[in-house]
Amino acid sequence: MTSPLESLDEGSARLKEISSEVEQLQARIEAALARFDYSAAAQFAMRLSIEEAVMNGFRHGNRQDASKFVEVRWSISAEAATFHVIDEGEGFDPESVPDPTLDENIEIPSGRGLMLIRAYMTEASYHGTGNHLEMTFRKRAQQ
Amino acid sequence: MREVAKRMAHENSRIRVTDINGVMRVEFVDRDILDEASIRRISTELIQRIEAAANPHVLICFRGVEHLSSAALGTLITVNSLAKKRGGQLRLSDIKPTILEVFVITKLNKLFHISDTAEQALEGFGKG
Repeated sequence: MTSPLESLDEGSARLKEISSEVEQLQARIEAALARFDYSAAAQFAMRLSIEEAVMNGFRHGNRQDASKFVEVRWSISAEAATFHVIDEGEGFDPESVPDPTLDENIEIPSGRGLMLIRAYMTEASYHGTGNHLEMTFRKRAQQ
Repeated sequence: MREVAKRMAHENSRIRVTDINGVMRVEFVDRDILDEASIRRISTELIQRIEAAANPHVLICFRGVEHLSSAALGTLITVNSLAKKRGGQLRLSDIKPTILEVFVITKLNKLFHISDTAEQALEGFGKG
């Protein structure tokens, strides 16, 4: 929903692990980002981060339980875009994720999603037990 | 470059595979390699093809690819390990700068042989 002044685009979606639902959400957010003049590089960064966060929610949070949802809430302005990604899992300790860039981990096929989110977003932090990720992209900081 | 191409089509496949002088050149049907189900399908098909080959030389060409997730990176790591284990090699080419940055952030640019173009990658196999 866009406010009457069109200074903010806010919304939320409850997703099942169905690619068309995620794709629809990405298209919705991409349109809002374009309206607020985020660069192609910024849109790439956020699309990737949302994808990684939602997939982590389905895979690690909800443990691919088809009855569970991942909720995404967003708030996009001309200055910043904030996303909350909340799964129905028990959470985790983000500090316990091994560094995938170390020589001993470089050939392990998983564990890079969180690293990409931290690299591409201006801020990323977990709330509560770790099932709620809040991430923000600030235009001035990164464009 | 002399190219003897043999197209091998799998039903509903998300990749196109062409044999070029003994190198398995792989291209993607989709511009976004994000969807987990598609990535699983791509992974299964690549693994089957590599396991069926002796000394598999595999070139994955990213021409036209706009987005890539960490799950896709995981598939590349698996394919790389398998190709090496079977006495072959994986090379990557035609990666857009935005996607190349994903490889740099994860330091996977050090693990993979990355060439600017498919032709350069083929030369790297000694089959250009």
